[in-house]
Amino acid sequence: MIDPAFYVIQFLNGLASASNLFLIACGLTIIFGVTRIVNFAHGSFYMLGAYFAFTLTATIMPALGDALGFWLAIPVAAVGVGLFAVLMELLLLRRIYRSHELFQLLATFGVVLIVQDLVPAIWGPEELFGPRAPGFTSFVVILGFRFPEYQLVLIAAGPLVLGGLWLLFNRTRWGTLVRAATQDREMVGALGVNQSVLFTGVLFLGGALAGLAGALQMPVEPANPFMDINIIAEAFVVTVIGGMGNVLGAFLAALIIAQLQAFGILVFPEITLVLPFLVMALVLVVRPWGLLGTPEPMTGHGFAGDRPLKPLGRRAQLGLAALVAVLLLLPLGLGDYTEKLVLEVFVFALFAFSLNFIMGAGGMVSFGHAAYFGLGAYGAALAVKHLDFAMEPALLAAPLAAGAGALLFGWFVVRLSGVYLAMLTLAFAQIAWSTAFQWVELTGGDNGMIGIWPSAWASDVTVYYYLSLILCGAAIAFLWRASYAPFGYTLRAGRDSPLRCDAIGINLKRHQWLGFALAGTCAGLAGGVFVFSKGNVDPGALSIPTSVDALVMVLLGGIQTLTGPLLGAAAFHLLEAYILPLTDYWRAIVGLIIVVLVIAFPQGLAGFLRERLAGEESR
Amino acid sequence: MTVLDVSGLRKAFGGLTAVDEVSFGVEAGQLFAIIGPNGAGKTTCFNMVGGQLRPDRGSVRLAGRDITGEAPRRIWRLGVGRTFQVAATFGSMTVAENVQMAFLSHHGRLRALLPSARRLYREQALAVLERVGMAGQAERQCGLLAYGDIKRVELAIALAHQPKLLLMDEPTAGMAPRERIELMALTAGIVRESGISVLFTEHDMDVVFAHADRLLVLDRGRQVATGTPAEVRDDAEVQRIYLGGAGAEAAARQIEARAGEQLPGERAEGEAR
Repeated sequence: MIDPAFYVIQFLNGLASASNLFLIACGLTIIFGVTRIVNFAHGSFYMLGAYFAFTLTATIMPALGDALGFWLAIPVAAVGVGLFAVLMELLLLRRIYRSHELFQLLATFGVVLIVQDLVPAIWGPEELFGPRAPGFTSFVVILGFRFPEYQLVLIAAGPLVLGGLWLLFNRTRWGTLVRAATQDREMVGALGVNQSVLFTGVLFLGGALAGLAGALQMPVEPANPFMDINIIAEAFVVTVIGGMGNVLGAFLAALIIAQLQAFGILVFPEITLVLPFLVMALVLVVRPWGLLGTPEPMTGHGFAGDRPLKPLGRRAQLGLAALVAVLLLLPLGLGDYTEKLVLEVFVFALFAFSLNFIMGAGGMVSFGHAAYFGLGAYGAALAVKHLDFAMEPALLAAPLAAGAGALLFGWFVVRLSGVYLAMLTLAFAQIAWSTAFQWVELTGGDNGMIGIWPSAWASDVTVYYYLSLILCGAAIAFLWRASYAPFGYTLRAGRDSPLRCDAIGINLKRHQWLGFALAGTCAGLAGGVFVFSKGNVDPGALSIPTSVDALVMVLLGGIQTLTGPLLGAAAFHLLEAYILPLTDYWRAIVGLIIVVLVIAFPQGLAGFLRERLAGEESR
Repeated sequence: MTVLDVSGLRKAFGGLTAVDEVSFGVEAGQLFAIIGPNGAGKTTCFNMVGGQLRPDRGSVRLAGRDITGEAPRRIWRLGVGRTFQVAATFGSMTVAENVQMAFLSHHGRLRALLPSARRLYREQALAVLERVGMAGQAERQCGLLAYGDIKRVELAIALAHQPKLLLMDEPTAGMAPRERIELMALTAGIVRESGISVLFTEHDMDVVFAHADRLLVLDRGRQVATGTPAEVRDDAEVQRIYLGGAGAEAAARQIEARAGEQLPGERAEGEAR
């Protein structure tokens, strides 16, 4: 029997982590409220806060004495992160306020990738232990348990910041403007408020709050290069549950999530990673705009410059035929390594194409498409390992498993739209990832599963190359056809105008759901083909970076074209294969590619080529 | 034949009764207008007929069939087309494809995965576009059209389904005066030749008096008057509501003037035929 006092201690621990979550999430929610940008880089702000505080304490504490040095370093670190956020606003966000939400999400993720490579380059890859907080290094005794004094500081920080924000938003002109902009950005602009200054200020505030959270965390947790990704998903969950743009909502949600985790770990230690995402999914089903959020108007989610879908012209058809011929003949002149590389291009082409089927055509931005790729990969691997399936039935199990997952998750997903939809796809992907990661007996956990090889007849690389070409090619051809078919048009109709769909008798949600499931099924097939070419699978297949890879492929190729994702997959995968081994900064390179694409070539490679060709023809 | 029969319709939002005991009927081939000052309950009334709102009390019958509280999708299936205050079309599709979507939905072909959507119901779509004068622009992208033309496409989408009843929420909102007259003349012409009924709300009195066969006047949720344009025009209470009790004389002058203005509208309608 556990001592009841232990529950009190656990509750206090929950309060401390609630404070931490709230400090991060409140900046995220304020930034979203005003700029309508979901800032992935918020986790990077948090991480930078911890690193800045580490460096500052190391320099200032010897000079000014421990107490003054430490308590000066914390706010200075926060301001430093605020300035970093301002830099990001001026250089990047300012150019994309009017862009599609997909570009905004990706652009901030580009910053995440760049910071992820910068941090180890500057501070090294090891964990850095900061000093303890002077004046709060010992314990207090609560109900017979020793409780760290510093935890009490953290517990107080959350409500203090909440109170400070309340004063700022209700007692100052600037705060009033922020609230007004959160409710109606257009109107505040129309009243002659200088939006640029307002947005820069909001980024400073949000960045500084995240930096403060990171700096305050330093005495508890060593600064490390994984802090950003570990925290950002949870911060999203808190923001979404609270209602995006609502600070009080974020506070409530942080309390709920932190306490659920504090006590959940006692009851079901194996589902702690999944728990926040499950709660988020449940909340969104009951209240699609979060606990205290306000509904967004029903609008379409088309991309600027969307054009009617034209059938392939004569030249494009010939080009396609030539491409297929080249792909068929390719194994004659290539070694095993290159053959395998091209085979993987088929896999990623199908993965990216299936993503674009729901995103480009359907307007549903998925930030968790890796879930279905991974479900396919795991479906096949589990079938082989636990059910003794041969390759052939396992390759059938892959799309079926992914399709079932997509049907289940999709049922919830299509009830939302825009960024909420994107966040929910992310949450589901994290659920899938956490399950693969934590259910060690079934999935092998972090190590994954190995030894998943093709049947004897297909074990030769060239044979498997053709098998992949046939399977992925057939699936792409099928989705291609479906894009031109009434079903694809129905998805596009839903993207353009949900209101009009409703008025001509289209059950939009149902079609979006089926589209989501179809895309998931195809991604699952890609995952299945992938696992037999690699021989193993690990949770990376379901992770956020894999989802982002698919988004980058689509974006690189061009979201408004059908050929785009295929081109993008080929370009991205070949780049990765040839550049990754040469550099320690692959992620930063991808991040830069993303940022450049979003700012300079939002139409992607295929869109760029199309415009060039169209320009020549019209001359 | 009575196409739409609304009786005892009531809707309250919290303590505010937006629509109270409203009853009216729309006959086949009739243009029926709901008018009234801002906040009179026009749009609430309209949305209860279209299925966007569920009434607290009362019934809506379409050609004798009870459709009270049905979903908009279902109501569309039963033969009700709709246009919106701010036109809603599929901006990334061509004009023809917009109308083809309505045919695909009408024929239950939305889930087909293999045939080419561009080829399905194309002739039918072009025929409908011909009726609204948009056949010449069938291959243009809908999102790039002038607003008046987008409204015509919307009308074509609604007509594709051969509706018994067309719901038009402020059909001429946001249009230039000349375009307004043309669009309403076109609508009236189509309605009269095909026997469709139209229920519309409208702020523009020129449009109302030029085209409506019958009017319903609402004020603060209450049904003030129902009748022909002439009857409504001479109704003492309508005059009082629009201009206040003290301004009865001014009201008479205003409405006389409006009665005069309707003539150009009627001429336009004649030309459309």
